[in-house]
Amino acid sequence: MYIKKKCVAMLLAGGQGSRLYALTKNVAKPAVPYGGKYRLIDFPLSNCTNSGIDTVGVLTQYQPLVLNEYIGNGAPWDLDKTNGGVHVLPPYETQAGASWYEGTANAIYQNMRFIDRYDPEYVIVLGGDHIYKMDYSKMVDFHIANDADCTISVIDVPRAEASRFGIMICDENNKVVDFVEKPKEPKSTLASMGIYVFSWNKLRKYLIENENDANAKRERGEKWSKDFGKDIITSMLANNERLFAYEFEGYWKDVGTLDSLWEANMDLLSPSVPLDLYDLSWKIYARNENMPPQYVGKNANIENSMISEGSYVDGTVDFSIVFSDVTIEPGAVVNYSLVMPGSVIKSGAVVEYAIVGEDCVIESGARIGASPENIENRDNWGIAVVGHNVTVSSNKVVEPKQIIGENI
Amino acid sequence: MSVNYSVLGLIFASMHDDTVAELTKQRTMGSIPFGGRYRLIDFPLSNMVNSGVPEVGVITKSNYGSLLDHLGSGREWDLARKKGGLHLLPPYSQTGGIYKGRLDALNNVGSFLAHSQAKYVILADCDIVTAMDFNPVLTKHIESGADITCVYSHAYYDSEKNQRTTILGMDESGRVRDVLYDPQISGECDICLNTFVMSTEFLKQVAADAASRNLYSLTRDVLQAKKDEFNILGYEHKGFFTKIDSLQSYYNANKMLLDTEKRSALFTKDLPIYTKIGDKGPVKYGLESNISNSLIADGCIIEGTVENSILFRGVKVGKDTVIKDSILMQGTVIGSKCAVTSVITDKNVEISNEKVLTGSETYPLYISKNAKI
Repeated sequence: MYIKKKCVAMLLAGGQGSRLYALTKNVAKPAVPYGGKYRLIDFPLSNCTNSGIDTVGVLTQYQPLVLNEYIGNGAPWDLDKTNGGVHVLPPYETQAGASWYEGTANAIYQNMRFIDRYDPEYVIVLGGDHIYKMDYSKMVDFHIANDADCTISVIDVPRAEASRFGIMICDENNKVVDFVEKPKEPKSTLASMGIYVFSWNKLRKYLIENENDANAKRERGEKWSKDFGKDIITSMLANNERLFAYEFEGYWKDVGTLDSLWEANMDLLSPSVPLDLYDLSWKIYARNENMPPQYVGKNANIENSMISEGSYVDGTVDFSIVFSDVTIEPGAVVNYSLVMPGSVIKSGAVVEYAIVGEDCVIESGARIGASPENIENRDNWGIAVVGHNVTVSSNKVVEPKQIIGENI
Repeated sequence: MSVNYSVLGLIFASMHDDTVAELTKQRTMGSIPFGGRYRLIDFPLSNMVNSGVPEVGVITKSNYGSLLDHLGSGREWDLARKKGGLHLLPPYSQTGGIYKGRLDALNNVGSFLAHSQAKYVILADCDIVTAMDFNPVLTKHIESGADITCVYSHAYYDSEKNQRTTILGMDESGRVRDVLYDPQISGECDICLNTFVMSTEFLKQVAADAASRNLYSLTRDVLQAKKDEFNILGYEHKGFFTKIDSLQSYYNANKMLLDTEKRSALFTKDLPIYTKIGDKGPVKYGLESNISNSLIADGCIIEGTVENSILFRGVKVGKDTVIKDSILMQGTVIGSKCAVTSVITDKNVEISNEKVLTGSETYPLYISKNAKI
């Protein structure tokens, strides 16, 4: 017996996040660490809880071990519910056979029975790779007020960047007239945030149609796809369904690339960036590592940085994010960098403009990355990245832009 | 480690409340904040959990609101269980009024003890901060056939400074032959850590016998009065411990955690200390922050200078403020251009700009909960 839910959230967490390279080698992208003590998935999960959405399906596929363990029973986000709660939904085998999730729409299609059990009126579809705080209940209210079939959350982006996004063209009532994926000459600056509210009966119909249609195309040897943006939204528009754009104002950052992941972390150190992790009315919850408080030693020199529990800092830390259980020895220097959980920066090592993954050891005298000021040709400059569980031996160098996934 | 369903844990959350009267005005010993993010009960409770004790009863007395809030269902200690788990045992006394001592309290929870299938009981108070595995104590207790096994540590006792201290004298076999309570001596002693192992049956008998004679003190009426009749053995705990029996010792015990060797002895990967989660952001250090030799919990926002201090969760320190040798409990907000030296602020204290507060290392200035200065 399932009690009816007004709204069920489906979180797409199966993506590989290939542009995060070494950081997603053994970890699904939503489990990538962020902001000192979080992982990317904490943002949509906490948003759900804070918005009063207590039933969340998390669709996993790529390297789910760390992510599954992290989500667990959902207790850190208050999603350990008798009725509802968080459910990890991997692909499964049926009498008709087994198939991987073949696109975002197909992932939801394969889990229609999960959604049907709660008989919801609305389904909200979320991604696991954005940093933002958003009250989804307001978006659902907006959807209801417009009698919409689908509501797409959008954010106004600078015109110069608009061609990187899926762009919505709307009329004066926010009704979506057209949708163009990464247009060369954008007609609008309203970018899709990849957050959709659907009336479930409508979405259900379109998912089935897309599935049948795509499978037919595949049999005929034609090009096919099973995606939200490409297929579902496009067919809904073609059929004159009521699609509305819900404009979000606030901080929103895609962390799909190493540079944007680094930037999104650095944003936390900028007083002008409106992302407040200390706001008690909209907490971002995370699975806690159960560490003692951080210890800052007598040789430490810390400026404009964020440091998390369990860390031992006795070196120099400037404009950096230091995650939990990190050791920064006396004489080590960390500037404009992220040091992820469990890593050790030994005395005399220098880490600048870099991302150091989880459980790494940067030996004494090693140098990771460099300041752009010290690079003659700026084209050669970029964030240096050390993947998880990597040891960088004494006096070795990881150049700017270099990504290493193995011990050196 | 195998789950040992034959052991029951009992924690006295409210013994010795009056030794730190300032801190227990609105709370009980077990819920005194300690070490940046813990409460004193976290230590005995985590020790029980880490020793595989599947069921723990917490005996409360008065002012236990904050303790209930802290423990909740016991989830953070993995004690929200169908079988066993955490049991909060509220106060009431069969002899009328609130119980006076451990034996009195034990009689009050007689039905809890009666229902327990456990063969052995571990008793602990909340005034001792240590990380220890009780399994070797249990093993020794069972192998020796003792009636009571007392955990003690060899440490310095100062009659001027310590109180509520039980000193044990043992013969070569480890049998307790002498029990002194707050003796007027000073020096290296075997200090009882108020942690005892006995069989459930024995405990029930002792408690019932005491009730029939209107006796209530475990130390006086059992350890002292019956040391020759019962086979009481000592078990030496060699790890780090500190005993909190005054505001000064509370201050010193917190500051002891700045010593990396001692801190590492208390917070180990094998015996983690669990506590209620605060869901606070990481610590944020401002452009002009200057930190040295300090323990800082999540959620703090620091713009000024902090030296030799313990900052609990969510403490804010303004620009050009200097904090030295102080313990700032959760939610303390200190404005800019302040000088705070050798001060203990209780929870949610607010100190406005340009204030100077000075205590002494040997007599810290205590500022009570929610005070605004």
